[in-house]
Amino acid sequence: MTAPSDVSTSAMASARWRPSEFAFWILVLACAFLFPSRYLIMTDILRLALFAMSLDLILGYAGIVSLGHAAFFGVGAYSAGLLALHGIINEPVIALVAAGLVATVLGFLTSFLVIRGVDLTRLMVTLGIALLLEALAERFSNITGGTDGLQGIEMQPILGMFAFDMFGKTGFFYSLIVLFLMFLLARRVVHSPFGLSLRAIKNNPLRAAAIGVPVNRRLIAIYTLAAFYAGIAGALFTQTTALASLDVFAFERSADLMLVLVIGGTGYLYGGLIGAVVFKMLQELFQTITPQYWLFWIGLVLIVIVMLGRERIHRWVLFVPNLIIRQLFGRKAVVAVPESDAS
Amino acid sequence: MTTLFTILFDGVAYGMLLFVLACGLAVTLGLMNFVNLAHGAFAMTGGYICAVLVNQQGWGFFAALPLAFVVSAVIGVALERTLYRHLYTRSHLDQVLFSIGLTFMSVAAVDYIMGSSRVFIKLPAALEGQIDLFGVGIGRYRLMIVVICGLLTLALQLILAKTRFGSRLRAAVDDPRAAIGLGINVPQVFAFTFAFGCGLAGLGGALSAEILGLDPYFPLKFMIYFLIVVTVGGSSSITGPFLASLLLGIADVAGKYYVPKMGPFVIYTVMIVILLWRPNGLFGRTAAR
Repeated sequence: MTAPSDVSTSAMASARWRPSEFAFWILVLACAFLFPSRYLIMTDILRLALFAMSLDLILGYAGIVSLGHAAFFGVGAYSAGLLALHGIINEPVIALVAAGLVATVLGFLTSFLVIRGVDLTRLMVTLGIALLLEALAERFSNITGGTDGLQGIEMQPILGMFAFDMFGKTGFFYSLIVLFLMFLLARRVVHSPFGLSLRAIKNNPLRAAAIGVPVNRRLIAIYTLAAFYAGIAGALFTQTTALASLDVFAFERSADLMLVLVIGGTGYLYGGLIGAVVFKMLQELFQTITPQYWLFWIGLVLIVIVMLGRERIHRWVLFVPNLIIRQLFGRKAVVAVPESDAS
Repeated sequence: MTTLFTILFDGVAYGMLLFVLACGLAVTLGLMNFVNLAHGAFAMTGGYICAVLVNQQGWGFFAALPLAFVVSAVIGVALERTLYRHLYTRSHLDQVLFSIGLTFMSVAAVDYIMGSSRVFIKLPAALEGQIDLFGVGIGRYRLMIVVICGLLTLALQLILAKTRFGSRLRAAVDDPRAAIGLGINVPQVFAFTFAFGCGLAGLGGALSAEILGLDPYFPLKFMIYFLIVVTVGGSSSITGPFLASLLLGIADVAGKYYVPKMGPFVIYTVMIVILLWRPNGLFGRTAAR
């Protein structure tokens, strides 16, 4: 057997849908019917999951550490808000895509700044871009509504058929479908040869360049794609909550996002989804204990995770599911252990 | 013309303040390649220590400054020995997460203890008002900052260039492995430098309460400024961050005076342009290798 066919067989084998993945999505769908009174919080989780998946694309697959991913979220949120407010595009689905594309353009333009330099420069540039946009949104308050945010956004029914209701049912299913479609796309992308080349870049950029991977072009491509995802997440936020305010750009949003991804694990796409659920539960828990100072506990969680080591925590978390699988099916556990992301 | 000089002077004072605040970070990043986003938290600690001593205990402002330095340095060394030490060899992502966590905890803790409103430190009467120098109005407080920070910078430069500790530190910055091979206790040098950097940040925090404003969100608000100083300045010498601080200070003050509507755009734009032109910083080699 020749080498190329080896690579493609193993790539195809790893791209196959596993039973645990089917189980995961069935569970997600089941939640929709099990907790009909919790649509609003579940929508919140779905949005966060999509946003985290966006960061996973660049952090878990390309190894770019970003401190300002909220920039694209915010641009998507404001775009969707402005489109709806001024009645430019009334149809939510088209507006969603349009808002995503606006974020994509921004992502493409800023990617040239991001691919230059080392980790530290990247941190600073991504943080700087998010801060710059926040300042812009505050400055042009005649367009963005300033600190009050965009007000009076009224969403038209989706596809002209499904109106947003006050219990958030439509919003939830809308978000779920968007998330699932975006997940399918991301899954396709990361298992493609393009996705494999990204992993090569993440593991060793020099070596990747030596075997002929155009490093910078790949990084620009994935950064732009991640910006699209974040823009969609932001647009979903505006469409399902009917508001967009300055805090969409806040540093805390980017930092929380990293926590979400760290809880769930990077580099296997489900990290963002699982992390979003755990993060929201933690947030609810801390906010019931100390409503004002939950930032303290979030900080503590971050420190504990780092000090214990992220890989070790994921081994512990996956211990029970793997044990069940071994007991039930009598074969080697198949629940994915996320890749370590040593720099 | 006189306004130009006033702006220049205010910019220099502001820049020197930023230098004292951020030079500890330059060493942390340069020496151990450690991304410490929690640096502002040490500055905030110093500021609040000073505020409590002056406003509540009735200490003199100048007596409280050294204590702000000492307490921040002690907290710094305690954290370095217990937590930071374990993270030197980890990935940048881990370091970022850890220091963000520390920042969040400090923000919430200070908010809880001291309240969320801005804190003012009572200044001695001698520091208030302006003096007139060749027709240029110069704030006494800013003059004091320039004097103190100027002396500190000079002292730092002398320590780095002339003392045995300075040569050890430079050796450790240049090549940690060779330095260890030569019998230099690099971890010890680093712990000491870290403590000193935290102390300077604490002192800077105490001095900056009047100019930058002191509230629990200080570490988050000024994180980007510290990072700009370090990335633009590089860490191969103390001159790089110093010049970068002055540049940033003057650009920020001038930007706020001449184009007040543009707010913080000026410095961000300057930063982005500089990084496009010289991705590894203006002066010398990059901070993070």
